[in-house]
Amino acid sequence: MTDLRTIAVTVNRSRYEQTVEVRLTLADFLRQRLGLTGTHLGCEHGVCGACTILFDGRSARACLMLAVQADGHDILTVEGIAPGPDALHPLQEAFRDHHGLQCGFCTPGMLTTLVEFLRDNPDPSETEIRVAISGNLCRCTGYQGIVDAALDAARRMRAAP
Amino acid sequence: MKPPLFHYHDPRTVPEIVTLLGRLDNARLLAGGQSLMPMLNMRFVLPDHVIDLNRVAELAFITETDGALSIGAMTRQRDIEFSALVARRCPLLAGAIRQVGHRQTRNRGTIGGSLCHLDPAAELVTAAAALDATVEVTGSRGARRIAFADFPRGYMTPALEPDELLSAVHLPLWPDGHGHGFVEFARRHGDFAIVSAAALLELDDSGRIKRAALTLGGVGPAPVRVRALEQALTGQLASAALFREASALCRDVEVLEDVHAPASYRQHLAVVLSRRALEQAHARVGAVPA
Repeated sequence: MTDLRTIAVTVNRSRYEQTVEVRLTLADFLRQRLGLTGTHLGCEHGVCGACTILFDGRSARACLMLAVQADGHDILTVEGIAPGPDALHPLQEAFRDHHGLQCGFCTPGMLTTLVEFLRDNPDPSETEIRVAISGNLCRCTGYQGIVDAALDAARRMRAAP
Repeated sequence: MKPPLFHYHDPRTVPEIVTLLGRLDNARLLAGGQSLMPMLNMRFVLPDHVIDLNRVAELAFITETDGALSIGAMTRQRDIEFSALVARRCPLLAGAIRQVGHRQTRNRGTIGGSLCHLDPAAELVTAAAALDATVEVTGSRGARRIAFADFPRGYMTPALEPDELLSAVHLPLWPDGHGHGFVEFARRHGDFAIVSAAALLELDDSGRIKRAALTLGGVGPAPVRVRALEQALTGQLASAALFREASALCRDVEVLEDVHAPASYRQHLAVVLSRRALEQAHARVGAVPA
């Protein structure tokens, strides 16, 4: 009784057409079918935030969506946030400079979450940043480096929009 | 941690949903997916059919009609959070929704999904009870309205027939300048509340309380309206002493005990949080919403 559907989806500005099982999650589609393993899977039930992607520009947990739901929609993953192959996004630069990661498992979700957050709130307070990343669990950094990186990235992006 | 096998349906209109619900056995409606998808991933539910509501455009709207705010079941929590109409006309809901989960979950999660999931600790469930909401339900015999107080049939069980869906919620409006407060205690930001309290106050020109509503979430299988407290406030001059005295009545509310907190702690929280919600509501009386 395996139900199949053909979907057309834009991921990181590239268009893909694939036939998928209807029960395949969007996270597994990105990782296993498109090979975009930057989207990490921690808990697979919507708690850890590691699989956060931007769905039509809005952050969402890819483990809580089905691939078929992405048919006709636009997705940005961590692989797509940098301006080009030789450059980092200001958030990625700031994470590197402020030790915003150690093992790196939570980093894709932190970055995608903060891309949306800084777009909507370019001059946030530290508290606002802590609330913004409250749905992303990090077990290495104690969050301080991530918060420092987000504040610094916001400054860099305001200086060079 | 993968969903079980199921057949997938993505209708475009409400009549199509109703037809599918009437035709299919063991079907589940998929709204924002922030509760059903984890349950599928963990195989807590094993539906034969999943009916996805995400392409039914007519179920997403926020409008004001006849003294009530009407919100379509598939309206995203984020769209309610950022709605100027909700902020102006139903500020309690705007305050409650900011405490629902996280940005990533509010981007997908819907008001209808939360009300049908009916977690007694969910902010939207508590807010709907506080606002005397009415839910609109559509099925093969047409549409009907259910008072939200009658909607929970039991713990996490809505009063829906198998061929029915919740299509909209109607929230009666309080007058301009009323006070509103929604406070909760949770272990982490974004978690379900261990206890939450929603307060609404309307004062007359002399500062006496004309009308009060106080609702507790997280204490029982469904939200609890504390009528004794509401009666104790009505007709009285609003003051910190009055709120302290009245909120003590929450100690008599019957509460559940679970792994998160013993009953005595929930009773303590009910007293403290109801006082804080009333104080917050009082401080906002007469305020012009942004």
